Amino acid sequence: MPSDPKSSLRWSNWNLLLLVPLLMLITPFFNFAKPAVFGLPFFYWYQFAFVPVGVLCVGLVFLKTRDEPVLHGDDHLAVDDLDAGTAKTTGTAKSAGSAKKKGKR
Amino acid sequence: MQWTELVVFTVLFLLVTVLGFFAARWKQGSTLEHLDEWGLGGRKFGSWITWFLVGGDLYTAYTFVAVPALMFGAGAMGFYALPYTIILYPIVFLPLVRMWSVSRVHGYVTPADFVRGRYGSHWLALIIALTGILATMPYIALQLVGLEAVLRTMGLNGGGILGHLPLFIAFVVLALYTYQSGLRAPALIAFVKDGLIYLVIIVAVVYLPSKFGGWGGVFSDAQAKFDATTAPGDGTLLNANNQLQYVTLALGSALALFLYPHSLTGILASRGRKVIKRNMVALPAYSLLLGLLALLGYVAISAGVKPITNQATGRPDTNTIVPVLFGQEFPSWFAGIAFAAIGIGALVPAAIMSIAAANLWTRNIYKEYIKKDATSAQEAKQAKLASLVVKFGAVAFILFIDPQFSIDLQLIGGVMILQTLPAVAIALYTRWFHVWGMIAGWVVGMGWGMYLLYTIPNTAANKAHFGGSALPLGKLSLLGWHPFGASTVQIYVGIVAVVANLLVAVVVTLVAHKRRVPNGTDQTNPADYHVDEDSSRVKAIAAH
Repeated sequence: MPSDPKSSLRWSNWNLLLLVPLLMLITPFFNFAKPAVFGLPFFYWYQFAFVPVGVLCVGLVFLKTRDEPVLHGDDHLAVDDLDAGTAKTTGTAKSAGSAKKKGKR
Repeated sequence: MQWTELVVFTVLFLLVTVLGFFAARWKQGSTLEHLDEWGLGGRKFGSWITWFLVGGDLYTAYTFVAVPALMFGAGAMGFYALPYTIILYPIVFLPLVRMWSVSRVHGYVTPADFVRGRYGSHWLALIIALTGILATMPYIALQLVGLEAVLRTMGLNGGGILGHLPLFIAFVVLALYTYQSGLRAPALIAFVKDGLIYLVIIVAVVYLPSKFGGWGGVFSDAQAKFDATTAPGDGTLLNANNQLQYVTLALGSALALFLYPHSLTGILASRGRKVIKRNMVALPAYSLLLGLLALLGYVAISAGVKPITNQATGRPDTNTIVPVLFGQEFPSWFAGIAFAAIGIGALVPAAIMSIAAANLWTRNIYKEYIKKDATSAQEAKQAKLASLVVKFGAVAFILFIDPQFSIDLQLIGGVMILQTLPAVAIALYTRWFHVWGMIAGWVVGMGWGMYLLYTIPNTAANKAHFGGSALPLGKLSLLGWHPFGASTVQIYVGIVAVVANLLVAVVVTLVAHKRRVPNGTDQTNPADYHVDEDSSRVKAIAAH
């Protein structure tokens, strides 16, 4: 069946934050020696500083676009309809709190 | 022979060997005779295990010896590893969870499985599988280069075939427990590997610079060394010619990394979407480590490290500079721990890569073409055997062919795997590209990429071909037309090839759509890409 791309995408403006770390690809912004910090030329510590920037951006997108727990529990009724459900292993049975396909925003 | 180092190394090596065999019973599923279990560890790894597993998988022993070696030799250019592993996670954050969900619903084990399901074309899937296997093989061989650098530093530096014996023994042991335990073995060993690596590098970065006048002293030593050489491209900063190469290499490597089958293996083995997302936030800890480690290349300059001459090839091996630095500056017991960290660091990715290649072989070639009615148990058996073949193939590479050849091949592998971008990554979002468009794009991207790599010489290493991945824009020619004149600005070949690939794919797709050429059937449906672990739609593990 041909998929409709519109319904398979879920966009949040928070996702734009994922573009911020790409700023470190603009080398003219940081290809100098001064000012140095702890003896590290600017070129090096500037790029190290992007480690927390990257973590912050990805972390924010993660927190802000979490799937809202729309359905709790009653979703499991459907398991019986699928023969595959019986062989589920114990490791995956634990519900992680946030639920499923009914998107976040 | 350095006995203390050797004893510490051997003890730690034996420890992970025991763990490797024990791993078969760790978080045991109902059977090991299924690819979900042997090849993906039961698809139930939580955040911590995934962090160690994927970290151990992406940040390989070769990375840990080659990046500082590049800094030692060329300077700032080698630092591309840091931006590469920082921009990586924001780029793959969204596509990876989609890949996990659709694979979980349909029971896909490999990226080629996904392509098969998405486009219903076994030819396209075959191309993706072959590219994956070809790109992964030299990568495994490179892990051996990393391991051997350590063994030779410890004094096991014999000549001829016998000189490779320690490496051979280490790999036989690895092959046996991977055969038995599957993905659980590297997952368990990764805890030891990463623990040791963190310990060693943090100690090294805190302790070593103080011996050479702090970072300020280290950097001025490095600059003095680069000023003294005649090579135009080196220095502690980038120059006008290599900035574009720095950026495109970082970007191209970041786009390529999760197209490698072994990276996806780690992702598909995780329990749910949240596990993956958390890891995208937590994995940069390794990037920080890699950045610090890269700087040890400069520390090695200050310490006056001389690379060891490989007795098997007769050439100095710059990949030994970090092991030599540790051996020279640390007490022998700690150097032993450092060597073990790098050595075990080679085993984890080598195991995962051989599992990933074996999965590709089994699912997309064996089951597709050789034995269509293979049961899950037969698939698992086939994959186990394939993992042995792959590993011994990699050893044969190192034994019988110049190790330099596997380094060249890995360079080629990066350009090759990038050519699967449209079919594996873009297809997660849209089915606009036509099967024939992607096949045509792949052919052009591969062909042109290989040709461009072939034309790049390396005068320093006295090589006429495959001398690196930096192409001067002036050398870029479209049927004799030079769009950039005689420019000496360099660019990463992979980016050039993938751009050509995409352009061809777009044109062929437009033509195919216009002529209404059938574009295969899509097994997946839009909702599949958002399914999480607690949904009723996920496929049972190790059933069927």
